[in-house]
Amino acid sequence: MALPTRSRRRLRPSAPLPIVILASAGAAFFIIPLLGLLLRTPWASAWQQLGSAEVLAALRLSLLASLSATAIALTLGVPLAWTFARLTFPGRSVLRALTVLPMVLPPVVGGVALLLAFGRRGLVGGWLATTFGVHLPFTTAGAIIAETFVAMPFLVITVEAGLRSMDTRFEDAARTLGASRWTVLWRVTLPLVRPSLIAGAVLCWARALGEFGATITFAGNFPGRTQTMPLAVYLALESNPDAAIVLSLVLLGVSLAVLIGLRDRWLGAS
Amino acid sequence: MTLEARVGAGVAAFEIDVELAVAAGELVAVLGPNGAGKTSLLRALAGLLPLRTGRVILDGVVLEDPAAGIRVPSERRPIGLVFQEYLLFPHLSVRENVAFGLRARGMARAIALGEADRWLERVGLSGEGDRKPASLSGGQAQRVALARVLALNPALLLLDEPMAALDASTRIEFRRDLRRHLESFRGVRLLVTHDPVEAMAMADRLVVVEQGRVLQSGTPADVTQRPRSRYVADLVGVNLFRGRASQNVITLADGGSLTAAGAADGDVFAVVHPRTVALYRTRPDGTPRNVWEGRAVDLDLGGDRVRVRLSGIPSIVAEVTPAAVRELGLDRGDQVWVAVKATEVSVYPA
Amino acid sequence: MRARVVTALLLAGIVGLASACGPSGSGSASPSGPSGAITVFAASSLNAAFTTIGADFEKSHPGTMVRFSFAGSSSLAAQIQEGALGDVFASADQPNMQKLVQAGLTAESPMVFARNDLEIVVAKGNPKHIASLADLARSGLVIVLCAPAVPCGHYAAQALQKAGVSVKPASQEADVKSVLSKVALGEADAGIVYVTDVKAAGQSVEGVAIAPALNVVAEYPIVILKDSQNRALARAFISYVHTGGRETLARYGFTNP
Repeated sequence: MALPTRSRRRLRPSAPLPIVILASAGAAFFIIPLLGLLLRTPWASAWQQLGSAEVLAALRLSLLASLSATAIALTLGVPLAWTFARLTFPGRSVLRALTVLPMVLPPVVGGVALLLAFGRRGLVGGWLATTFGVHLPFTTAGAIIAETFVAMPFLVITVEAGLRSMDTRFEDAARTLGASRWTVLWRVTLPLVRPSLIAGAVLCWARALGEFGATITFAGNFPGRTQTMPLAVYLALESNPDAAIVLSLVLLGVSLAVLIGLRDRWLGAS
Repeated sequence: MTLEARVGAGVAAFEIDVELAVAAGELVAVLGPNGAGKTSLLRALAGLLPLRTGRVILDGVVLEDPAAGIRVPSERRPIGLVFQEYLLFPHLSVRENVAFGLRARGMARAIALGEADRWLERVGLSGEGDRKPASLSGGQAQRVALARVLALNPALLLLDEPMAALDASTRIEFRRDLRRHLESFRGVRLLVTHDPVEAMAMADRLVVVEQGRVLQSGTPADVTQRPRSRYVADLVGVNLFRGRASQNVITLADGGSLTAAGAADGDVFAVVHPRTVALYRTRPDGTPRNVWEGRAVDLDLGGDRVRVRLSGIPSIVAEVTPAAVRELGLDRGDQVWVAVKATEVSVYPA
Repeated sequence: MRARVVTALLLAGIVGLASACGPSGSGSASPSGPSGAITVFAASSLNAAFTTIGADFEKSHPGTMVRFSFAGSSSLAAQIQEGALGDVFASADQPNMQKLVQAGLTAESPMVFARNDLEIVVAKGNPKHIASLADLARSGLVIVLCAPAVPCGHYAAQALQKAGVSVKPASQEADVKSVLSKVALGEADAGIVYVTDVKAAGQSVEGVAIAPALNVVAEYPIVILKDSQNRALARAFISYVHTGGRETLARYGFTNP
């Protein structure tokens, strides 16, 4: 007897049929490839693949590099987003377009551009090398730079949108209460755009974690030093597709866990 | 403690140019319709909107003078601003909201929180310090906002439509409390509102602003008895005419004329209360009366009176009893005779 | 030389004819010779050479069309295993070819049609004066190799082992092109790639030959795929690669088997 009531209740927020069909197709579009990956996973040898030193090194490096890239993106990207959202100055729209360019630029091209800037013969790379003895290509720092380059725009755009949609009168209120601009930023602005900050950081991190093209182009591929998970997956595809699938699943699992965890805890999703 | 200000400021094409002088102990209400520039005026005084021209002097200290290149930033002005929408920081607790300004001015955290609790008690919210602003009612939120500002003991208190977002029942209660707090406040007080009842109930003096300009300023009684703008006349509900008086006859700017007793010659305002306007089916006889023909364009029952809007030269509003309407058989579009005694036309210089 | 070309042409004609008349000749074979279209999966390193050969083939075989799909040999092998439809597979190495043979996806046994020698690639003018594999072990040099998982890396490791040289590469690149671009951009001082790649890279880099005794030669096998819908044309194309295409292959740096 309880069943009809329950099903009726479940149907209450009814959606138009075309929406249901298209949404289902949209969801299937994402789910089916993942299913393909899962079904082809050689579960028997999976643990053995995972335990290998090379995989662990790649996983460790991936986490280190993507988190470092996110930290750099927060440090530099939030001020940039604030600048775009709050200041007007000549050339702002051009500068803004330039900073989000890596989102549309093929990452390999981004990697080449980074080489031309920070490489041995690059615009500032030579100076870095002679002045500080810093070499970025073929180093972990280079991998971090490459990931930051590609991932930071996601943070900038998200935070900028958050700053733009925020009610700036809260900042006015804070200032009339005697808060300096710096205090306003720390105690009012950033807390108010916290959802955007977190969303931007997560997007940025996820993009950095999956980064391939710019990293392999700029930092090269060396196990333990610059071979992040995506690079390991790509190279495994050449020799050992089974291992590639297992590696991809690890990457998927880690990012899924973090994304779901973050949503529940910070983004207030039900 | 005094405020002397001449505020010339603007947002894009909208310009305001308002001169204000407020003495200590005086509560001045800036009254004007929405979009008159009242909020811009407050923002300019608080330093949130830069002056283009003019000057702001508080207790003899120049806060802003663009001609002299002086501009004290908002955070260093001894000014408290209470906003219409409270603008409590949603991420902070009620107590932290009240302590915010104290902390920003360098008070140690523990002391500031203690002070905040004392202020919350003063506004009747003791024990509510741990709540988040989102869980407060409008009246409670505005009390917190008031406490947050008063805790800083500002020299100038600006209130921007503090009751506009409250519902009617809360408003009466909050107004009483607000008046009490304002009475014990020693600095300069400036209230901005579009609500004439609020303005008259609270203020010692009204400054009527429309389209960025001061139209009239004076005690509430003075302003209501001698309105100088259609806005105020409409608020008070009287007929306002402007014209030129000569030997007790006022030639009106919009056509027609009125005879008034004892009008000084020159440009004048003339006020006729609708209740003193009499209506007749036929031309009335009698002596010193203003009599003309008009057409009833609108009848509006309000309380025990019917407001009849008449078009004629001049157009006027009359208030008659429903019985009178029945007797006259008055309906929309009917021609009637309008009569106003010369003694009921009050005249004052423009 | 001329005799060889003539024989080759004759051979091609016979093969073509045989396939056209034989029972195995399916699809759109016509009595006058193979016609229709085929798809050739070919290793990336064959891109330039095969594009030319394909155009020549179409010219000498009116009514035919040869489409190419160029990618890494292992990617292509994976695609074919996943059911990609095509007629011919030309691999840059034997292991990837063997994968298909073992999976039963080939119509015949593969034949080697070209070889590719390894070469040291250095910046134009050879500023670091690298003359041999042994020089790659010098300290202070930035060396990039292909990853061991890809054929060029596998071969490079073999060559270095033969030479008894131990190299610490700065990076194990995913493919030959990446090695070349790192050297061309000046990020790396030297790398080990195929002769054909150095030739194709043009002005920005130059090659340093590896002594024949130490060199490792990559073999390029070619085969008709089992699922080919036009085996006659596929066979004609393969014959042409062996004959008319030989000069073109040589021009791009490949050697004859």
